Amino acid sequence: MVGSSLGANAGRPSPPLWLLAELTYRCPLHCVYCSNPMDYASRSRELDTETWLRVLREGRALGAVQLGLSGGEPLLRDDLTAIISEARALGFYSNLITSGVGLTEARIRAFKDAGLDHIQVSFQDSARDLNDYLGRARTFELKKRVARLVKDHGFPMVLNVVLHRMNIDHVDDILDLADDLGADYVELANTQYYGWAYENRDRLLPTQAQVTRAEDAARRFRDKVGGRMRVLFVVPDYFERRPKACMNGWGSVFVTVTPDGTVLPCHAARMLPGLAFPSVTTAGLGEIWYDSDAFNRYRGDAWMREPCRSCPEKVRDFGGCRCQAYLLTGDAANTDPVCDLSPHHARIAEAVGRAHALGSSVRPIVFRDDRNSRTWATHPSMPA
Amino acid sequence: MNLDAVWCIPPRFRLQFEPAQSAWVLLYPEGMVKLSPSAAEILRRVDGTATLDALCKSIEDAFPGASVRQDVIDFLKVADEHGWIVPRS
Repeated sequence: MVGSSLGANAGRPSPPLWLLAELTYRCPLHCVYCSNPMDYASRSRELDTETWLRVLREGRALGAVQLGLSGGEPLLRDDLTAIISEARALGFYSNLITSGVGLTEARIRAFKDAGLDHIQVSFQDSARDLNDYLGRARTFELKKRVARLVKDHGFPMVLNVVLHRMNIDHVDDILDLADDLGADYVELANTQYYGWAYENRDRLLPTQAQVTRAEDAARRFRDKVGGRMRVLFVVPDYFERRPKACMNGWGSVFVTVTPDGTVLPCHAARMLPGLAFPSVTTAGLGEIWYDSDAFNRYRGDAWMREPCRSCPEKVRDFGGCRCQAYLLTGDAANTDPVCDLSPHHARIAEAVGRAHALGSSVRPIVFRDDRNSRTWATHPSMPA
Repeated sequence: MNLDAVWCIPPRFRLQFEPAQSAWVLLYPEGMVKLSPSAAEILRRVDGTATLDALCKSIEDAFPGASVRQDVIDFLKVADEHGWIVPRS
């Protein structure tokens, strides 16, 4: 990867490599760890086709080369084939990130002809009942049919499963399912605790023993299959002592455009207070990337406080995640408390301990749906 | 690594020149590798018919006086380990 560890005064930022186009927040699933904002239901406006095509052209001109077509469920956009065609013509490598719901044979053929490069299919679990419970929709058999369709049409396939306390003990079965379906890559993505997942954190956080067993299972599987299938284990950062290099640095590599055209340095960043995120409806993507206050706020290291400011590791982890710092310490400019040098690090262990002390006696799990989203928009929970 | 193999790039990868990076990149699902100029010279020649000998000859023809065999072997090993190239069966 071409990372950027430029200091704040080290000149012009490097161009983005990744454009994540969140085409819609509409979704047939209701996953308890959804990465869409809690108040998505009050943000139902969507960019039209022409504007999306302009966003692709501007992103490509800036230098972005990887394109994520995501959501919500991007298959709910009727203009998806037109968007894929433009992406291919521009030279993007395009990745469709889907639940699989709505992927018919006719559409998959159209996507192939339009030049789509890859399809990522999500599963919630390797067992039908838990898969269907977590997304509150009967999708398991459909997902298996869709995964076979993806391979039959010659697409590379990433199978993505978000891991948490309820399914992390199923890693062996998840990997066998992926192998059976012919996946080229498997992403075992431990839940990142923002938004809906943060609301459900007490129910989702695994134990250290579960994490260790899951890592062992992934290792055994890698040894067994060799190069046939690549297994990516996205580490659960609540169990680490150093923060993740979130987004490879703020405004360094990634740019996200939300369904209504708001431009973010990562898909979770809209939760941060005191930042006015620009929109593609009123500004060009280049101007937003290079000149906006929002994209420059946490670039480089001039914004950092101790212990990050004088830490030699800041060039590697960029102080971790701004959203996690905000959620857990109340200030986005603090060190990510995952770091054991953070004065707030104890809050991570407290969260893990609390989740397990509560067991199943915590309040009911909150599914991502319109009703819960509207309730949250009027009565938001406050950060810890 | 089999030094007599005929190498190809699996279809999930795409190799292209990126003006914004001034570099050749190898694109794959949700990721990319930025190639050094010498890695790009080798990988651009991996076309599904080329052996180690053919790759070396092609590069030495393009860069007269260069002796590249060990560099090509070293790169092919790395590329093979990462799955960027596979021997044609």
